[in-house]
Amino acid sequence: MNVEGFDMNTNQTYTQGKTNGQSRVPDNVSDSARADGRDDDATMLPQVDVIEDPSGITVVADLAGVSKESLDVRVEADTLLIEGDITIPMPGDMTASHAEVEVTRYRRQFTLSKELDREKVDAAMNQGVLRIRIPKASDAQPRRIAVDVH
Amino acid sequence: MFTSFYSRGLMSEMDRLQREVQRAFEATSPSIRGLSRGFPAVNVGTTPTSVEIYAFAPGIDASKVEVELDRRVLTIAGERPAATANGDDQRTTKHIAERFAGRFRRVVTLPDDIDPDGISANYRDGVLQITVKRRESAQPRRITVQ
Repeated sequence: MNVEGFDMNTNQTYTQGKTNGQSRVPDNVSDSARADGRDDDATMLPQVDVIEDPSGITVVADLAGVSKESLDVRVEADTLLIEGDITIPMPGDMTASHAEVEVTRYRRQFTLSKELDREKVDAAMNQGVLRIRIPKASDAQPRRIAVDVH
Repeated sequence: MFTSFYSRGLMSEMDRLQREVQRAFEATSPSIRGLSRGFPAVNVGTTPTSVEIYAFAPGIDASKVEVELDRRVLTIAGERPAATANGDDQRTTKHIAERFAGRFRRVVTLPDDIDPDGISANYRDGVLQITVKRRESAQPRRITVQ
């Protein structure tokens, strides 16, 4: 058994506080407990790879169960936000006997640095894997600096 | 629809606590397959007529994944390649590397009443769903009272 992959319960699952205007919790109810006892703010961190090359940055995120339609990738100011809901259909009369994924929402955000071109962010979703490409602004492309040897 | 796996209410929190405690005890005498989790994460649920297994395995080649049922033991095995960058590897830097890459294998023990011939699998949005039918004799029957 390879255990270096997922361990969502122990360290990947966390409860997010209220998010900017996105919380569906009414104001008169505290964040952690709604009247019906369900916690809709619970999200988990998708696992990611971030790879940089001379012309830009590639972010690869594991979002199993998220369809293209339920995925939200946004760049706001200098923040890249990835959000998605698990939408796989399940039989209504099912009872859970073992659950390692207990939350239906993924959420993760990153701060982008200045040399990245926010206008040209590209995203593609394929079988639960999201791939985002953020190119560097053309004036930030690498120049080789000659090293003078005296 | 998701309430069975994902209900986070007070009662489920109590259940979770209980499971945690149970887990702590089991650690002194664990199941022979251990308590380990790994890739892919697995959820198992039952309906009156079937056992449903959900393996959260995004980005695998579904045609190459091996799903095997031997007696009551279900094995899911396959391989996931590492993410590659644009351009040549010599000039790339991996800043964050959390995603699983390589061969994986997970084993799930199923209930006694499954029908080994009634197994089907499909892969969608990175989730491998395996449905194993339960034997008819095991399904609840309503007994008419005369």
